[in-house]
Amino acid sequence: MKVTGTSHKVGDHIDTDAIIPARFLVTTDPAELGANCMEGLEAGWIRRVKPNDIMVAGENFGCGSSREHAPISILGAGIPVVIARSFARIFYRNSYNMGLVLMEVGDDIEKIHDGDELEVDTASGLIVNRTTGDRMQCAPVPPFMQEILDAGGLVEYAKRKLA
Amino acid sequence: MAQTLAEKILQRHTDQEVAGPGQIVQCRVSLVLANDITAPLAIKSFRAMGAEKVFDRDRVALVCDHFTPNKDIDSAEQVKVVRDFAREMGVTHYYEGGEVGVEHALLPERGLVGPGDVVIGADSHTCTYGGLGAFATGMGSTDVGAAMALGETWFKVPPTIRVDISGTPEAHVGAKDYMLNLIGRIGVAGALYKALEFGGSAVDALSVEGRMTMANMAIEAGGKVGLFAVDEKTLTYTAAAGRSGDARMEPDLGAEYERVVTIDVTGMAPQIACPHLPDNVKPVNEVAGLQVHQAVIGSCTNGRIEDMREAAAVLRGRKVDSRVRCIVLPATPSIWKQALAEGLMEVFMDAGCIVGPPTCGPCLGGHMGILAGGERAIATTNRNFKGRMGSLESEVYLSNPAVAAASAIAGEIVHPADL
Repeated sequence: MKVTGTSHKVGDHIDTDAIIPARFLVTTDPAELGANCMEGLEAGWIRRVKPNDIMVAGENFGCGSSREHAPISILGAGIPVVIARSFARIFYRNSYNMGLVLMEVGDDIEKIHDGDELEVDTASGLIVNRTTGDRMQCAPVPPFMQEILDAGGLVEYAKRKLA
Repeated sequence: MAQTLAEKILQRHTDQEVAGPGQIVQCRVSLVLANDITAPLAIKSFRAMGAEKVFDRDRVALVCDHFTPNKDIDSAEQVKVVRDFAREMGVTHYYEGGEVGVEHALLPERGLVGPGDVVIGADSHTCTYGGLGAFATGMGSTDVGAAMALGETWFKVPPTIRVDISGTPEAHVGAKDYMLNLIGRIGVAGALYKALEFGGSAVDALSVEGRMTMANMAIEAGGKVGLFAVDEKTLTYTAAAGRSGDARMEPDLGAEYERVVTIDVTGMAPQIACPHLPDNVKPVNEVAGLQVHQAVIGSCTNGRIEDMREAAAVLRGRKVDSRVRCIVLPATPSIWKQALAEGLMEVFMDAGCIVGPPTCGPCLGGHMGILAGGERAIATTNRNFKGRMGSLESEVYLSNPAVAAASAIAGEIVHPADL
């Protein structure tokens, strides 16, 4: 998948309460959750996002709760990719299961600024910053996780196992 | 190969050879858990997978503890989804009414989790059961939905950070303080993707409840699990909960650790995690004097009977400051009854506390204790993220039960010894 969009940079240790506060967890509807994405970081944050824009974060993105509503709300907001220095463990696994692509770039995160135009190839792991010309290469997805992605997510993977 | 506790437990649940960190292993699960927030999504995934029945009706636990008794129509609808599913599948361990408690306090006391188990839960504090020697970890709803159908899941074998805790604590210092101190040292991402394995004389001296308090917050350092060896205390606890066949368990001598952290608790002051991350930890004297508007004593971290006793010992014969709402929530009905039998409830009521039913409510800003803008709470809960307990303009300070109780009396953060 290739995605081109504007980066929206957030900080380190952005937790699941910032991504989707508990008061919105009375639904599982992606559109409704998407409309309140990052409401715990800043009221009305979602208004600056266009479909296919990219979230860019620091260290430990998605720490906190196991709520799968967090990746669902990001997807519901029209954001298909999150690029970060590092991700929290539960969020990482949830995102793969939900089909939200995560790219871990380590220190290269400094090469992306708020508002930069990014071009991302999720298959090869290549990120090109069109604004600055910087290129960043992410590590490949572990084979077993690739198997889940290839199956079309965990639901499809489990469906095959149950068949 | 000499194995850490994490490797040892995973090995018992897989046919693959557990060779070391980074390896992905398929494991059979002992118990799968979800709550009223996460179960509806898990059920949705379960159905989408084409699953028709749960792998074992006795090994799925559904605990509606976050928004119950239901706070609004939407949460009532969510619980209805869980209730209907539990009935349809014949799930044995469904809790919602008078038997419901905070899941991570409830399951251990009912003997549903214990030594050597692999437990996954759609709740990040599932790691609590590491206090009993279980490899227990939080996952999302879809992982849990798949495990409800398949009875197995995959894990990446984590590297382990060994934490050795020694020394003799002073009065009003205990498990919560040890853990906050550790998180302050290694940071909220200090154990990212890793297992924490606790040992040392101060850990041996802790009660099983105290160990669960520590394991509970492993996730606050980014950890996958927080594990304790299984000793006679653990076995006494699990036997009392009705389990049989549990055995002692220790890490192998010569097991490989990525890092060893040592902590001497001698002379340690009660620890406070200041806003807005659990690693912003300071000794109580550095934050003493800050006015508080609410105190919360409860949650999966510190809502057990020992915590109730610790709070009551401070509150006995004293009054909560008139500017403070002090909310006490015993974590399960049996803790509630025990607190009543011991006269602790009378202490709480006489002091002017609000005593509520078992619920996760205020911890996550769900219900029964939401903060307004500009308000500050001291809580025995596990997270102080921005806006966690209500307004984005509010603040949460984390502490042990004695400090929370003392601060409720003083109307400001205070060392219990300074009351």
